[in-house]
Amino acid sequence: MNNYMSAVLSLHAELSLIVVLVVVFLADLFRSRPGGRGLRVLVCALMLVQVLLNLSPDTRELFGGMYVNTPFTSVVKSILSAGTLLVFLQSGEWTRRPDTAIREGEFYVITLSTLLGMFFMLSAGHFLIFYVGLEMASIPMACLVAMDKKRRQSAEAGAKFILSSMFSSALLLYGLSLLYGTTGTLYFADLPDVLQSGGLERLALVLFIAGMGFKMSLVPFHLWTADVYQGAPTGVTAYLSVISKGAAAVALAVVVRFVFPALTDDWSVVLALLSVVTITLGNLMAVLQHDMKRFMAFSSISQAGYIVLGVLAGSPAGMASLAFYVAIYVVANVAVFAVISTVEQHGGGRTDREAFNGLYATNPRLTLVMTLALFSLGGIPPFAGFFSKFFIFAAAFEAGWHLVVFLALLNTIISLYYYLLVVKAMYISTPAEGSAFGSPIHSSRGVRLCLALCTLGVCVLGVLSCFYENLFQWADMLPW
Amino acid sequence: MNILSLFVLVPLLMMLGLWAARTLSQVRGVMVAGSSVLLLLAIWLVVDYLGLRAGGATEEMLFTDSVMWYAPLHICYAVGVDGISVVMLLLSAIIVFTGTFASWKLKPLTKEYFLWFTLLSTGVFGFFISVDLFTMFMFYEVALIPMYLLIGVWGSGRKEYAAMKLTLMLMGGSAFLLIGILGIYYGAGAQTMNVLEIARLHIPEEMQRIFFPAVFVGFGVLGALFPFHTWSPDGHASAPTAVSMLHAGVLMKLGGYGCFRVAMYLMPEGLAMWGDVFLVLTTISVVYGAFSAVVQTDLKYINAYSSVSHCGLVLFALLMMTRTSCTGAVLQMLSHGLMTALFFALIGMIYGRTHTRDVRQLSGLMKIMPFLAVGYVLAGLANLGLPGLSGFVAEMTVFVGSFEHTDLFHRACTIIATTSIVITAVYILRVVGKILYGTCHNPEHLKLTDATWDERVAVICLVVCVAGLGLAPWWVSDAVSASVEPIVSQLSVFN
Repeated sequence: MNNYMSAVLSLHAELSLIVVLVVVFLADLFRSRPGGRGLRVLVCALMLVQVLLNLSPDTRELFGGMYVNTPFTSVVKSILSAGTLLVFLQSGEWTRRPDTAIREGEFYVITLSTLLGMFFMLSAGHFLIFYVGLEMASIPMACLVAMDKKRRQSAEAGAKFILSSMFSSALLLYGLSLLYGTTGTLYFADLPDVLQSGGLERLALVLFIAGMGFKMSLVPFHLWTADVYQGAPTGVTAYLSVISKGAAAVALAVVVRFVFPALTDDWSVVLALLSVVTITLGNLMAVLQHDMKRFMAFSSISQAGYIVLGVLAGSPAGMASLAFYVAIYVVANVAVFAVISTVEQHGGGRTDREAFNGLYATNPRLTLVMTLALFSLGGIPPFAGFFSKFFIFAAAFEAGWHLVVFLALLNTIISLYYYLLVVKAMYISTPAEGSAFGSPIHSSRGVRLCLALCTLGVCVLGVLSCFYENLFQWADMLPW
Repeated sequence: MNILSLFVLVPLLMMLGLWAARTLSQVRGVMVAGSSVLLLLAIWLVVDYLGLRAGGATEEMLFTDSVMWYAPLHICYAVGVDGISVVMLLLSAIIVFTGTFASWKLKPLTKEYFLWFTLLSTGVFGFFISVDLFTMFMFYEVALIPMYLLIGVWGSGRKEYAAMKLTLMLMGGSAFLLIGILGIYYGAGAQTMNVLEIARLHIPEEMQRIFFPAVFVGFGVLGALFPFHTWSPDGHASAPTAVSMLHAGVLMKLGGYGCFRVAMYLMPEGLAMWGDVFLVLTTISVVYGAFSAVVQTDLKYINAYSSVSHCGLVLFALLMMTRTSCTGAVLQMLSHGLMTALFFALIGMIYGRTHTRDVRQLSGLMKIMPFLAVGYVLAGLANLGLPGLSGFVAEMTVFVGSFEHTDLFHRACTIIATTSIVITAVYILRVVGKILYGTCHNPEHLKLTDATWDERVAVICLVVCVAGLGLAPWWVSDAVSASVEPIVSQLSVFN
């Protein structure tokens, strides 16, 4: 009995998340009137505790190796939880709107359930758990995307998301079935020993990468991204672009590195190509965008390409850089989306770049936060994005991908160009006639707290070396 | 606490002070106090450095310190200075000090302007004290990005275009630089990022061949290496006065310094392979920049192309690889930094009064604003290399040193490059004659006044430095020459 209890308690990350989910669900059920602040405070407080509960100092295996929790995955879970907390903090203004206030509880519960799916996906030691986690992370996401029921775009985005998600899951499942057919097992621990480098296995690998490519929106599997990002409520877009993408990236890295070592030559070439194409096309498309949410969609596509460089490195340094990159990307991107969402809520629903013209004159602090976050995304020191880019480039370079790193580096110039376009709009361009921002925006406390935390993260996470060094140690301790 | 770290700490404190400042006088107070402290620090450092050397200190770098930062990648916060970096720190401190006075009346958003300006100077100081590749690169980029906003918001003319062009081209350079730095780090066995330690290790020749041009071009973009110089005229012409000063005066020197300290020092075999190619490019820079300056009609464009020519001369002299020519290169960095800052300051002051920089619309300014006009003449004379001013000392050393190289190709390049002296005289004397002398035809200009006290502080400071370097160059050249020695001897093994 004692053994059983301790085994179950090893699931503390998932269990604590389920507790949060149930408590929020019940609180929503017995809430007297919608639109109050209570529920958001509750969920944020619970998430704050949950972030710390994820961490575990040692490796645990459960259910005969179907579930594996390592210190590295536990810290990735914490990063994702913290990112979710930031998204919840900044979604206050949207959830208070009369038409969405009634669904505030649903928003939290559904988001948390997708997060739970990602947790299982990250800790999977068996492709079945992996797949269940993946589906749990994607199907509720469609509800989130379609949450703005009255906006046609939102519903359209929901439909697009669920269709493309189904398609990618089908590809992935087909890959898994080929894998099972050739090896007779789906356990991560057993697969490396029995996996040959034959044609069918290669096909399985390619299908698997294609499936994950959809989730991470790598080119050429990115076609759903821009429409869904534009149509979804801005808070959901933020969640989709950082948490969902980060989880998929780490999961991809874990699987290709530990399940397919026999096919390293194959997956590394495929991923190298995907990475270069994704970064380049994402950047080139981003230059053309005027809507900020579409713009951020393409920016996040190119960022996914950079994340793949960490997978490509295939070393502990690569894993650590990957997780570090994701963490930095979470804070910077959430900050950008929080600003976009604030401007959207206070500026009559506008999300085009012209809406930001002359923002500095009326909202210097908001502009500064946005600038720092964009600089971080563009990889400008001393902000954290510079460090994460440097480490991920260094890891890929160490693995011998000199040309790929060089192409990625050249792409940072393009990305800097379009990030600077936004900076230019805010600082240099004069506001259009009849602009909504004659006066400063008073954003809610949650948004301000979220922005403060993100800015702190952007400024401090890179300069303090302890975070990366610990990640490096944990990545070094991975059992496979 | 290491004295060198103060060069980064003081600007950071200045930024905090600026952040807290409420009124214009507080902003100015913080800037004057901070830049004075920096100037005093730099002077004290020079005195202390010369004292230590005179006392027999023979290490390559003095005031060294190293703190581990990112252990997995061996990244340290490592600082240290030799004669070259001491001189560069002094130059930067002088320009920041005078730049503060040159932008005394800048409007609007004075506080924000000085915040970005100070961030830029943090990057510059940090770069010159660093001996770690990573921190060097980091400070290099810190110095680049404020330029975008400084030019974009406070600039003039086609400022948005110029700001974007400048930022993207320099960032393009830093992309080359980063790949080069990774190449050096992993080529040297991934044991250390410290420049001094890597210099003792050997990077495989095939890696040097690939990564030498990457690093040299990366820094060369900032040093206005032909054909990557095109950001410079547009950027300088559009930037506000103090930013032009700091950029042409100091930031472009980062390029030459980096080429010498990183590319050439660490990859001598790469230099042996690529040296001639780059020598041709720098010769083109020198001559082409000078010819371009002749045909310009905008005062800032004239000076910007003149900077291309003179900064080309820095890289040119470095590539000659003799001890005298490399000493001359550093002297040229110092001399050009001072006189170009003086030029840009004066152009800014004249433009602030006449609202035009077009040579064709200006004349007879000598009678209207004698102080500024005399300053302009002095800057011009220094630029064309009149003995007694800094330009002469620098260019003389450069050309004498270059001619020491006995190879026919190198001598031919030297002879071609010396023609730039004549062309410089053409464009300087033409402009001086056109805008300062003769009679003033514009009645509006007759009402203008001469320099105010803050402008006089900036101009006098710079004129004193230019003349000081010209009259008493030995204390600089001795210190520089001793520090150039270890790098040049490293090069001579392979070349």
